[in-house]
Amino acid sequence: MNKLIELKGITKSYDGETVLDHIHLDIHDHEFVTLLGPSGCGKTTTLRIIGGFVTPDDGEVIFDGVKINDLPPYKRPVNTVFQKYALFPHLNVYENIAFALRLAKLPEAEISRRVKEMLELVALSGFERKNVNLLSGGQQQRVAIARALINKPRVLLLDEPLGALDLKLRKDMQNELKKIQTQTGITFIYVTHDQEEALSMSDTVVVMQNGVIQQIGSPTDIYNEPSNAFVADFIGESNIVDGVMHSDYRVSFSGHTFECLDTGFAKNQPVDVVVRPEDVDVVAPEKGMLRGTVTSVTFKGVHYEIIVDIDGFKWMIQTTDYVAENAEIGIYLEPDAIHIMHKSEFSGQFGDYSSFSDEMDEISNPDATEEE
Amino acid sequence: MNKKRSFLRTAAAYPHMVWSVLFIVVPLLFVLYYALTVENPDGSFSFSFANITALGSESYFPVFIRSICFAVVATVICLLLAYPLAYALTQCKVSSQRMLIMLVMLPMWMNLLIRTYSWMNILETNGVINNFLASIGLPRVQLLGNAAAVILGMVYNFLPYMVLPIYTVMSKIDRRYIEAAADLGCNGWQTMLRVILPLSASGVISGITMVFVPSVSTFYISQKMGNGRFEMIGDTIERQFMSNYDYHMGATLSLVLMVLIIICLAVMNRFGEEDGGVLV
Repeated sequence: MNKLIELKGITKSYDGETVLDHIHLDIHDHEFVTLLGPSGCGKTTTLRIIGGFVTPDDGEVIFDGVKINDLPPYKRPVNTVFQKYALFPHLNVYENIAFALRLAKLPEAEISRRVKEMLELVALSGFERKNVNLLSGGQQQRVAIARALINKPRVLLLDEPLGALDLKLRKDMQNELKKIQTQTGITFIYVTHDQEEALSMSDTVVVMQNGVIQQIGSPTDIYNEPSNAFVADFIGESNIVDGVMHSDYRVSFSGHTFECLDTGFAKNQPVDVVVRPEDVDVVAPEKGMLRGTVTSVTFKGVHYEIIVDIDGFKWMIQTTDYVAENAEIGIYLEPDAIHIMHKSEFSGQFGDYSSFSDEMDEISNPDATEEE
Repeated sequence: MNKKRSFLRTAAAYPHMVWSVLFIVVPLLFVLYYALTVENPDGSFSFSFANITALGSESYFPVFIRSICFAVVATVICLLLAYPLAYALTQCKVSSQRMLIMLVMLPMWMNLLIRTYSWMNILETNGVINNFLASIGLPRVQLLGNAAAVILGMVYNFLPYMVLPIYTVMSKIDRRYIEAAADLGCNGWQTMLRVILPLSASGVISGITMVFVPSVSTFYISQKMGNGRFEMIGDTIERQFMSNYDYHMGATLSLVLMVLIIICLAVMNRFGEEDGGVLV
C-alpha cells in the first residue's frame, strides 16, 4: 500500500497553547485509520488540518506526494462527515446528497443515478424528498455519509460521526461504516474518543494525548503492547504497577519476581508493568504468586469484576468464578499476561483502582464534553 | 392555586389589550368611518362611497404609482448595499462587530427631520458639495429636486432597517454549513449563492418589509429632497389633513395605502415561503 497522506512535523497552537506538537503520521491508501484520544488531545485539529479547515503553523501536509498546506478545502480530494452532520437545512435529502454533483454541473440523469446509488448504499432509498430537519439522528448520519461519498473522494474524514447516536444504533452504524469502507475502498480517517469503536473498526489506531501521538499500531498491538501508561489506561482496563527489570525475561514488582516475555531493557531499569484484568488467574492464597484481599465484587454478566488489595495497591481482576468480598485470594500470572513499558510522563498517573467506581468512570467519560 | 395563576396571567395581558384597542383598533375604525362618510353642509356626516369613487376621477393614480416605484427602487438599493455590508460585518471579530453595528444604528438615534436637513445642507446649491466644486473652479450643479435625491434620502434613512435583520440572521448561520459547502467543493462565491444566501433569506424578507413599508408611506423626505416636485402618497395624505382639512379624503387615501401595503407584504411572504424563509 502506498502512502496517501503524510503529515510531517505538524505543529499548531491557538493563543499560545500548543494543540499539536510535531505530529508525524503516514496514512496509506484504502486504510481505515482512527485518531483516538480524550477531548483536547488534538485529534480533531489533526483531522481539520487534513480537511483544509485549519492551516498548520509549521510542518508539511503531503497528499499523494504533493504538498497541500495552502490548498483550500474545496480543491482537496477529501470529503468530511461533520460531527453534527451539518446537513443543509434548506435542502431536502436528495439535494443535500446531490450538492457536490450540482456544483460540478453534471447532467441531471447522472446526478439522479448517482444519488440513487448513494441512497441504496446507506439504506435510505425512498427518502429523496424528505426534509432533513425531520430525520432521526441515525438517518441524518446516513445522509451526511452519502453526501460526503458521492463525489468519490480519495479520503473520507469522519469527525466523531456516531457521537450523538444511542448505543444500539452506534453499534449498527459501526458495522455499516466498516462495510461501506470495504465496499468503496476509500481511505477513512476516523476521529473518536471511544476506544471500543476504534478497536472494532480500524486497521490502524493512532492514540493521541496532549497534542502528541502516543502510539500508532493495529488494534491488537495497541491493546496488547501499549507503549506507555496513558495508552494502557485509555485502551481498556489496566493494572499498572511499578517494577524493576532485572534482566531479559525477568521483572519484579509487588515484592515478587516474575517471568515475562519482554527484552531489551537495561539491567535493573525501573519500568511500568501492565497486567490486563482478564489475564489474572485467581487461585488459592497459598498457591498464588501474590496475595491480596478482595474489597469489592461486581457482577458484570460475562464475569465478575473484583477489586483486590495487594500491599495497598488495588488491582482490578475479571474472573468467571465467584469470589466473596473480604476473602483472601492468591493470584497467578502467566508470562504472557505481563507487559513491560518504559517509564513515561504518564507513569504513576494511571492504573490504580483505589478510587475506582463505575459511576465515576461514567462521569469522567469524555462523551460529556465537546471538542472544538 | 392554578386558577389564580392563570387569572394573573390573563390580567398581565390586559394593559396590552387596552393599549391595542385604544391606540390601534379605535383609530383604525375612525379611519374607516371617515373614509366611508362625507360631510353635509350642515356639518353632519352621512355614509357615502363618494370618496372612493373620487379616487378614480382625481389625479391620485400617478401618485400611488410613483410612491410604489420610488419605494421599490429605494428598497432594492438598500438591499444591494445592506447585504454585502451585513456579510462583511459577520466576518469581523466579535468585538469590532458590536462597534460597527453601533455605527450602523447611530443615525437612527437622530431625528429623521434633522437627518434630512443635514442632507439638504450637503446637497443644496450653496451646500457642502457645491461649495467644494466652486472652490476648485467647477460650476455649481443642481443636486436637490430630482428623483435621485429623494431616493437617496429614503435609502439613507431606512438602510439600518435592512442591515440589522440581515445581519442578525446571517450571524446565526452555523459555521459548519459554510465548512460543509467548502468541503463539498464550493469556492467563496458558490458558498455565498448556494448556502449563505438561502439561509439568510428570512433576514432579507424582513429587511425588505421593514424598508418598503416606511418608504412607500413616507412624506417629508420627498418634499424636502425633491423640492416638492415629486409628490408621494404620504405627502398627499398630509396635505388632505393639514391644508385641505378634508379628513374624509385623507382617511380614504390612508385606507387604500394600507390595503396596498398589505397586498405587497402578502405577495412578499408568499415569495419567502417558496424560498423556505420565514417572515420574522
